[in-house]
Amino acid sequence: MALNISDIKRIAHLARLEISEQEATQTLTKLTGILGLIEQMQAVDTTGITPMSHSQDVVQRLRDDVVTKTNMREAFQANAPKVGNGAAEKAVYGGLYLVSQVIE
Amino acid sequence: MINHSLKELGHMLASKQISSVEMTQTFLDRIAKYNPSINAYIALDHDKTITQAKAADIRIANGSAEPLTGIPLAQKDIFCAKGWQTTCGSKMLANFIAPYDAHVLSQFDHAGAVNLGKTNMDEFAMGSSNETSYFGGVKNPWDFDRVPGGSSGGSAAAVAARLCAAATGTDTGGSIRQPASLCGFTGLKPTYGLVSRYGMIAFASSLDQAGPMAKSAEDCALMLNVMAGFDERDSTSLNRAKEDYTRGLVNMQGAQPLKGLRIGLPKEYFADGLDANVAKVVQAAIAEYRKLGAETVDISLPNSQLSIPVYYVLAPAEASSNLSRYDGVRYGHRAAAYDDLMDMYMKSRAEGFGAEVKRRILIGTYVLSAGYYDAYYLKAQQIRRLIADDFTQAFKQCDIIMGPTAPSTAFKAGEKADDPVAMYLQDVYTIATNLAGLPGISIPAGFSNGLPVGLQLMGNYFDEARMLDVAHAYQQVTDWHTRMPESLK
Repeated sequence: MALNISDIKRIAHLARLEISEQEATQTLTKLTGILGLIEQMQAVDTTGITPMSHSQDVVQRLRDDVVTKTNMREAFQANAPKVGNGAAEKAVYGGLYLVSQVIE
Repeated sequence: MINHSLKELGHMLASKQISSVEMTQTFLDRIAKYNPSINAYIALDHDKTITQAKAADIRIANGSAEPLTGIPLAQKDIFCAKGWQTTCGSKMLANFIAPYDAHVLSQFDHAGAVNLGKTNMDEFAMGSSNETSYFGGVKNPWDFDRVPGGSSGGSAAAVAARLCAAATGTDTGGSIRQPASLCGFTGLKPTYGLVSRYGMIAFASSLDQAGPMAKSAEDCALMLNVMAGFDERDSTSLNRAKEDYTRGLVNMQGAQPLKGLRIGLPKEYFADGLDANVAKVVQAAIAEYRKLGAETVDISLPNSQLSIPVYYVLAPAEASSNLSRYDGVRYGHRAAAYDDLMDMYMKSRAEGFGAEVKRRILIGTYVLSAGYYDAYYLKAQQIRRLIADDFTQAFKQCDIIMGPTAPSTAFKAGEKADDPVAMYLQDVYTIATNLAGLPGISIPAGFSNGLPVGLQLMGNYFDEARMLDVAHAYQQVTDWHTRMPESLK
């Protein structure tokens, strides 16, 4: 199926990637080429074939319902990004992460 | 010393001819001299490295050394290393300091190995030339105008230029083997599930597998002894008994050590698209194997030409899901200016990711989007089974499969950078084993116009020990794996 510019913008929005007009145009060309490569799959009859996700057909391992992880909050928060919008300090407060207001 | 095997380096340390600190400093000096032009390493920490070397010297002195204790290694920047900048080659993680060690790194730590630094790579391991790295391209040590391959291009250049004793890499579609071929050394992608993915930054989780990159098969066996093993922190890690991958190497002596070995030659790997000079070198290597006693069998992997289409559905689909975690909230790049939360996500991700990573996220998002899942993702998983079944059939006729690793020798920087489809074809011979979950090795087999050519060995599940034996047998009667660029001696 041929893609158009509005498809690219819709996909970019789903992927949460801001995209300019110019980037969308360039992306359309590249993605059309890649999808052309992928289209070769459609010639294969796959009726009745079980999809494969892992070569060893393993079952999901379960672990005991006990605490296994240590608290690494401080170490993790050391990697917090800067707040942005003029504020250069780390986007953390009282052990939490700061983002824009989401509830009025 | 820089050309010595890991075993020889181990003997030098054990017999006190040299200390780990001195050996490590030798490599650090070479890095200081050559890395500014090659760009193989993107993070160095002299103090951390020397501290590890000093600890190794204490272990050696008190008799608790293991085979790799005190040996200086390069680590691909995809592995979290506690206290080290860990970027995965991306602006998104340019300021990320890993709070813990990846399983692979803690295994090397327990073994007493020394971490020389973190190596350059294609951004999030998406690339075959190292040109998508936020930290710039890497030079192929054999010809600075050419790429080292990718995505493990920094580790590849570090091994080839002897800026480390050995290195680690990861291979999702060929990222260990293709650079091993282009830079002229030995690289092994193990069976999927053999090496834990814990702490290894995810690209396509059902395909990603870590492995050794080293001068010889023997070195790779020693590295794999440390890297392989069950880890409950990776849900796809396989719980199997530990093996000694060096156990059979000693038997590869004498006139015909491979008598009885059946080598399968897939006709699809010697068809159109393979450079004629590369084909010649590969055929000569196979002739050498016949001299070692092996017989060759013509086989077919009829669905192998579908590997690339299938891979470019599955890998981007998994990548789009894995990379959705980079939202600028808890770590990674956050845009300097934004309106609301949605705008923060959109801008942070647009600024933090490079062009190739964005392309793959978009493809992945598209093939997983409503109405397209069955036509793309499910279909690709079905053909993936057909590709795996081809190998099952083939291994009824042969013990090991051989062919080229890459369709050509190293290409010039910039040559394919703007043509994703041409770049993707670099992995035409390596991707099938990732899809099937099988192990693959690339070994140096000679040169074409002064550039290295790799021979690929593909084995059955968990057959790494035999594959390493077969590679070692060839390296006993050839010296391609000992060659290094004259200008870097």
